[in-house]
Amino acid sequence: MSQMISLKIDGEPILVPAGTTVMDAAETLGIHIPRLCYHPELSLEGNCRVCVVQVEGFDHCLASCATTAWEGMEVQTNSPVIREARRDIVELLLDNHPKDCQTCDRDGICELQNLAYRMGVRERHFEGRRKQFPIDDAGASVVRNAEKCILCGRCIRVCGEVQGVFNLSQHGRGFTTVVGPANLAPMDESACIQCGQCVSVCPTAAFLEQDHTERVWKALGFPRTDKHVVVTTAPAIRAALGEAFGLPMGTPVTGKMVTALRRMGFDAIFDVNFSADLTIMEEAHELLKRLEGGGPLPLLTSCSPGWVSFLEKFYPELIPHMSSCKSPMQMQSTLIKTYYAQQKGLDPKDIYVVSVMPCVAKKFEAARPEHVLDGMPTTDAVITTRELAQMIKSYGIDFTRLPDSDFDHPLGTSSGAGDIFGATGGVMEAALRTAAFKLTGKNLGNLELTEVRGVTGEIREASISLAGRTLNVAVANGLQNAKVLLEAVKRGEKDYHLIEIMACPGGCICGGGQPYPPIGTYTMNHDLARARAKALYSIDSAKTLRCSHDNPDVQKLYADFLGEPLSHRAHELLHTHYTARTPRGIR
Amino acid sequence: MSDCCPCSTDNWPELERGFRAMLPEDILAFIDAHRHQEHSESLLIATLHQVQAHFGHLGPGHLEAVAQLMQIPLAKVTGVATFYHYFRLQPRGRYLINVCLGTACYVKGAEKVAQKLQDELGIRFGETSKDGIFSLESTRCVGTCGLAPVVMIGDEVHGPLTPSLVPGLLESYLARAAEDLVTDPSR
Repeated sequence: MSQMISLKIDGEPILVPAGTTVMDAAETLGIHIPRLCYHPELSLEGNCRVCVVQVEGFDHCLASCATTAWEGMEVQTNSPVIREARRDIVELLLDNHPKDCQTCDRDGICELQNLAYRMGVRERHFEGRRKQFPIDDAGASVVRNAEKCILCGRCIRVCGEVQGVFNLSQHGRGFTTVVGPANLAPMDESACIQCGQCVSVCPTAAFLEQDHTERVWKALGFPRTDKHVVVTTAPAIRAALGEAFGLPMGTPVTGKMVTALRRMGFDAIFDVNFSADLTIMEEAHELLKRLEGGGPLPLLTSCSPGWVSFLEKFYPELIPHMSSCKSPMQMQSTLIKTYYAQQKGLDPKDIYVVSVMPCVAKKFEAARPEHVLDGMPTTDAVITTRELAQMIKSYGIDFTRLPDSDFDHPLGTSSGAGDIFGATGGVMEAALRTAAFKLTGKNLGNLELTEVRGVTGEIREASISLAGRTLNVAVANGLQNAKVLLEAVKRGEKDYHLIEIMACPGGCICGGGQPYPPIGTYTMNHDLARARAKALYSIDSAKTLRCSHDNPDVQKLYADFLGEPLSHRAHELLHTHYTARTPRGIR
Repeated sequence: MSDCCPCSTDNWPELERGFRAMLPEDILAFIDAHRHQEHSESLLIATLHQVQAHFGHLGPGHLEAVAQLMQIPLAKVTGVATFYHYFRLQPRGRYLINVCLGTACYVKGAEKVAQKLQDELGIRFGETSKDGIFSLESTRCVGTCGLAPVVMIGDEVHGPLTPSLVPGLLESYLARAAEDLVTDPSR
């Protein structure tokens, strides 16, 4: 048992384990010390000074997040001195910040705005020169607006500590300090992999996703003469969209989401889960082929576009290991403009495909030159869960009161294996369900492979015996974890057959495009990730159709259109290739 | 790990050759000697000093070569290079103009002289003119307060100056640069 120490906070005695910070000690007493640069899943910086407290015997204030409590310590969290200091700090931050709250994307869910309100900042006392920087909005995925930056450093920390990309750093000094990629290069010309975790952790609007809502509104406009507008939703959306409308974390809202999309006027509403099933069909066959000696092992999954960019910039030598399968989004969009177009008798040029994704990197993926069909992009617009929520609100739809409805055919039916794609380990579990069937001729007795489940950062491994063969698999989420796994593979310490990697911590359910958690809850929070994952696993377990190869619409697609998995046509439409890219990342 | 792909997708050997070509032998030897030591990243500033001593400034290519060869994220390297005043990111012009903004020069109107210099040259402090002849910097007291306001060009002190004297002063250095070009075209 660790040693306990006693201290007093605001006059109340408390006993905490040695090593506890003053901020955490106060929390156990129900005292929430205001904070800004602090993020529980990232290292401590103590640079914003908002969480200052007064400590007996010190004539200056101490940052409670970075101060470890000591025996006999007496702390004041709300003395007049502290209240004034804290408010001054927030005022100083505000006075070097644009005054455009009403027109800002973060209005209402901005940590700085919320803090200013809570601190009672009602006037500006320190008005002076304000820093001005150009906005970098040329990137396909991430927009960087340094004018809104308060230099808290969360983005720098998440990019390095969680994603292992280290693409952001402070540049310059003093008043003109600015956070950005090396040489303040445009995001898409830097080592950025577009995962959008900087957007997720930013307390203000210094990082945002590239907005696609305007082009979707335009496509949906009336009268709609030229375009057949199709929307297709990723597995992880249904697990998190409800949060944007005040529903409890992890409320599955599939039916309401479909109804909302129908009311917004989309001509067809499809489910990317269908193509998740299809991805499994292709990827499982790719795995079997490689097991029979047709290619390098381990096979790496290719659904996560942040991870794809990471591979191309950080581990290009492993490109031959990458599954050539397009992501489910790209498979789905391709099928909409080929298979569905053919069925409906539509010219693919007249179809407008909108993908709803939990992901910021999908915008970059959609813009990749390899994803074109007759010279046009296969996916026309990618909106994040956040953008969809904003559109639903803007449309005036009372989301929580909507009745449920179903996806359209033929790209709307999915197995439970498709649903769990949104959580880390889900692609692996879905792939193993189908690989097992292909190897043994029958479905697994227990379809729930709990060894590969779990939303925390640990690398998960499993060995599964199938038809006299043992398959070794591993799952990583968060690219810093992926680095550890890939380095072990490169050193020859591990002998895996299949590795699933998702760029974002927890998988797509905690993607860079998911709703901001309510103020006070932080991204990467394990309870939040668990709740969202549980939503997907509950959808899966409630379905009778739980394996991708059992999906009747996928079977029909192969019978009518593609032929076999890995057929020439499947290769042409459903597979892609990767290229080593620069600037090369530092591993 | 099995590796049965016939074509290599690894771009490192080619990139490394390019990065090594950016830096002189002694700096490469310094990096190589320390590359695998613990905390080798703490030698970043020492390395940047050597690069600047060699090239006179830190260009984008030099910074990337240092980052890649030392395996330190480039954002970190450019962050450090832009933090310290000592590091120059632009090549320095033939003549370095140092405007004294110390107290004596300041009260005697150094700011107006500085503004005139910026207007005439079309550059700001820390920058180099397009023709590569002048770089403009500010300094704090050069010890010739009796001549305030003063400007140093190279190692020559000029003062007392007024804005109206600035164009003629610059002209004389331009003429000198043109003369040098005639006598020694290689410069």
